[in-house]
Amino acid sequence: MSATTVTTGETPVFYQLEEEHHEPGGSTMLGFWMYLMSDCLIFAMLFAAWGVYGTSFAGGPTSHELFELPLVAVNTAMLLFSSITYGFAMIAMQEQRQGAVQGWLALTALFGAAFLGIELYEFSNLIHEGAGPWRSAFLSSFFTLVGTHGLHVTFGLIWLFTLMVQVARKGLIPANVRRLQCLSLFWHFLDVIWIGVFTFVYLFGAMR
Amino acid sequence: MSADTHGHAGQHHGHGHDHGHDAPHSTRGGYITGFLLSVVLTAIPFGIVMGGWIADTRIAVGICAALAMVQIVVHMIYFLHMNSKSEQGWSLMALIFTIIIVVIALTGSLWVMYNMNLNMMPGMDSGAGM
Repeated sequence: MSATTVTTGETPVFYQLEEEHHEPGGSTMLGFWMYLMSDCLIFAMLFAAWGVYGTSFAGGPTSHELFELPLVAVNTAMLLFSSITYGFAMIAMQEQRQGAVQGWLALTALFGAAFLGIELYEFSNLIHEGAGPWRSAFLSSFFTLVGTHGLHVTFGLIWLFTLMVQVARKGLIPANVRRLQCLSLFWHFLDVIWIGVFTFVYLFGAMR
Repeated sequence: MSADTHGHAGQHHGHGHDHGHDAPHSTRGGYITGFLLSVVLTAIPFGIVMGGWIADTRIAVGICAALAMVQIVVHMIYFLHMNSKSEQGWSLMALIFTIIIVVIALTGSLWVMYNMNLNMMPGMDSGAGM
């Protein structure tokens, strides 16, 4: 196709004229991973803020007084259960068992909703005790970090319900498989962030 | 990839559908291993803090932080299926880059703010006018 340019005697320059064949959505997973990494940076900043302000109680209630570790332990268990049920949904997806996928996704949603419910209960308790985000820098950074994580879980749940409808309507078509894989990354990523939250916020806060 | 034509009969020969796909092939055993490891790695730090297993707070903090790091790696391997081959290694490159930025941001913030707090102790204000 480029034979005419070579005959001029100059050093031949080769161009790749035809683009490589890309599968539709072939780079989606890498792109989504990039998004997760940038999201990770947001959380890193919030963790840094917590690290700086975590002991600035401003004469108000301290983290040792406020944190209820049994509740946090239950919450952690909920998120961990939802991680493994999502894993089973992915396995059912590989085996093309649509009913099983929907069942595991519903269970995942249930655990995710339980996590959110417990977190909202904790937040409302704190606010009723007068320990809202306005009380001290410690509580501001606490609500921002944990609240941002909770918002992510909320959007993950909305996404999960959307995908359940998609799978029910169109089945496990390649596009839906790709979406389920993206949500898998997102969901497990939130669990990774929660490891940091329960260790560096709750456990360390309770030891102060 | 074929649609769900098997129905209930296809439960055991579900394999061989889309092995050409380069998506991570997760296994039940992998998820269960990751889950059990996570349960242990979560239970120990909660036990340390709630049960007061270790009296020295510094040692307790160190152990909890170390276990959290281990658990993050466990999640990365068993749940997020990270390895050096996924997406021709670009996922891992992005992860390493992110870790570098996170470490710089965290240590930098804590270091700078700790020193600022030390140098802005109450009481130093009174000496400023002299």
